[in-house]
Amino acid sequence: MSDPDAFRAEARAWLEANCPPEMRAPVQSEEDVCWGGRNFKFKNPAQKAWLEACVAKGYTVPDWPVAYGGAGLTPAEAKIWREEMQRIGARPPLSSFGIWMLGPALLKFGTEEQKVHYLGQVARGEIRWCQGYSEPGSGSDLVSLQTFGEDKGDHWVVNGQKIWTSYADKADWIFCLVRTDKANKYQGISFLLFDMASPGVSTKPILLISGNSPFCETFFDNVSVPKEQLVGELNRGWDVAKYLLGHEREMISGAGGGDRMNTIGAILSRNGGVEDPLLRAELAMFDVDALAYGAMGEKFLDEVKVGKGHPAGSNMMKYAGTELNKRRHELLMAAGGSAALEWDSAASNGGSRARGWLRTKANSIEGGTSEVMLNVIAKRILDLPGA
Amino acid sequence: MPLYHNDDQAMLADSARGFMADEGAIAKQLRHFRDIACKDGFGHALWSQFAEMGFTGILVPEADGGLGMGHVEAGIVLEEIGRNLTPSPFLTSSVMAATALGAGGDDLRGRYLPGLLEGTSVYAVAIDEGPKHRPERIATSATRAGNGFKLSGTKSFVVQGASADMLVIAARTAGSDDDVDGITLFAVPKDAAGLSLDSVRLVDSAMAAHVKLDNVQLDADAVIGEVDGGRAVLNKVLSAGRVGAAAESVGVGMGAFDMTTTYLKQRKQFGKLIGEFQSLQHRAAHLYSELEIARAAVIKAQQLLDGGSDGPVSERAELMVSVAKAKAGQAAGLAVKEGVQMHGGIGMTDEYDIGLYMKRDRALAEFMGDQYYHAQRVAVLSGY
Repeated sequence: MSDPDAFRAEARAWLEANCPPEMRAPVQSEEDVCWGGRNFKFKNPAQKAWLEACVAKGYTVPDWPVAYGGAGLTPAEAKIWREEMQRIGARPPLSSFGIWMLGPALLKFGTEEQKVHYLGQVARGEIRWCQGYSEPGSGSDLVSLQTFGEDKGDHWVVNGQKIWTSYADKADWIFCLVRTDKANKYQGISFLLFDMASPGVSTKPILLISGNSPFCETFFDNVSVPKEQLVGELNRGWDVAKYLLGHEREMISGAGGGDRMNTIGAILSRNGGVEDPLLRAELAMFDVDALAYGAMGEKFLDEVKVGKGHPAGSNMMKYAGTELNKRRHELLMAAGGSAALEWDSAASNGGSRARGWLRTKANSIEGGTSEVMLNVIAKRILDLPGA
Repeated sequence: MPLYHNDDQAMLADSARGFMADEGAIAKQLRHFRDIACKDGFGHALWSQFAEMGFTGILVPEADGGLGMGHVEAGIVLEEIGRNLTPSPFLTSSVMAATALGAGGDDLRGRYLPGLLEGTSVYAVAIDEGPKHRPERIATSATRAGNGFKLSGTKSFVVQGASADMLVIAARTAGSDDDVDGITLFAVPKDAAGLSLDSVRLVDSAMAAHVKLDNVQLDADAVIGEVDGGRAVLNKVLSAGRVGAAAESVGVGMGAFDMTTTYLKQRKQFGKLIGEFQSLQHRAAHLYSELEIARAAVIKAQQLLDGGSDGPVSERAELMVSVAKAKAGQAAGLAVKEGVQMHGGIGMTDEYDIGLYMKRDRALAEFMGDQYYHAQRVAVLSGY
């Protein structure tokens, strides 16, 4: 790699010159997140400028190869890059399931043509992706999924239903698990990519307890999917799915978010103080866990980059990270008192704290429940009998 | 710097693991010295072997004949000590006293470091003055007298104090009890007139002393570092002791955890291995996760301490040291409690080692501040 100090100086100078001041403030709500895609409306010119500057340098996906729209950074450089971003509080220029989930799967399983085409679109923020995994009858037991693709020679005809499809109503394309062999449970699933604008695709948002609808039901009615849109081998989509789930778990676990971002005691005490000594004690105990978990996230990413970590490590990260985040939001509610209960007032920013709190209850369900994570740790890491 | 061991550190871990599992094993060391009611609570022969392995000089600079390594390396040895519950003066002598002596002049280093490196001397550290760790408050006084100082006061929880050839003692040379400044560190020889020790056996079979200082006359050359300026050195000693104790705690937790998962794979009830029961699987998996997080916090703190200059401990390092001590205490505490419970009735017997882990964890949790002390410190360092 390049000289680390030189790279740090270069990264720092580039950020200084290119990251607009508005993009150095914490994300306050969903509206502040830049998702990209065909229909995305930028919230302000700074958000657009920040994305474009990063796209030009490959910094939306710093550690992807340059050929696929990345900056080709080494693991050590990417770590420095993250640290410099955190140092100035820079927001991610682009948030995307394409970056977090599809990208790693394509990098491992995609053809060269697929990588150049799809990864480039993801890196430039041109296409917004959603994930078609869960079905009404297949939650924790995902492999029992029934959505079926019938072989029609040069294409499949897909019929079925997905659920909990995040932002399906806003997504341009879907990566989807489809059964292509009914006789074989594990080796009868294929990983397909297709356009959400294809005839026969429809979505219906699901109203959640938070009052928001980040998830949809997604229906496929005779959707035609060309065969070149298969990733990996036919009927071996479960391998791709599991690999991708590892990355989804990393994403949900919040690893790499930086330890300081997760502590709350200091923030809460600045905003009016915490008078109750027992609550203060809870906050302090939480901050200990948050800082320790931040170190775990750093260690986990360091190990993943060099292939040192346990292959099932993301299950542990997901379990610990989501349980911690739920605790964090319980404390935010407790510290907020009655003000945190407000649901739609301007003062509460549209009830953002209460809605955020309710949203976190899904953290330990989506992408594999905490109970499933513990099962996997027991079986694959601890090698306990019959697990 | 990545948060895992580099190749040299991995080699050290291998050799420390093998050495401690053989020579520092529970039957050979802890149980043996406990059962003969040894007044030291540890074996001097093993301490010499530590020296032969080079462990005693890990934190001693190369210029003074040591290995000039850091807290990551010391922590590697401590984790194995924890895993085997090996009684030794390593933490007090080679980590804490060595850190204190590092701030001393040529004369002090020349007087005390060779014995440490050879494994012939044992040093203790006397900081606490009551049953809880509160080093912000130091009442033991050192007043100028003749060419030196006269020390008076009491110290408690001085681990291996009665076995020590020299005690590093924090005393007040100026200001009032709660002042940050006005602290001076002294290297007090065991035979100093007016120094008396009452040695007591602790729950984990370690020996600790209540120390009484009754006008102990010391020459000026007993001063470590600057008169009145000892707080910065004391903070270094505390950080070294805390992160070291945290590393040992992780070892204790891992040792208890390994024993327990092994037992879950052997013990049958209702015609099944008890490890097949999901209620136990989930608790074991949760415990694994807690121990891994604690270990990550510890290595982060070690690296921050090692990355600092020779100056005072950075605030960032202090914060993560407290996080490490608190988190390691929590995780190891959970490991020993779950360990005893999952062993069932035999977990309550002296014959099984799991109870020894519980005792050692309890003592380590107190040593250099428990999780409540350190969570409080995290709050203060975070500005609330």
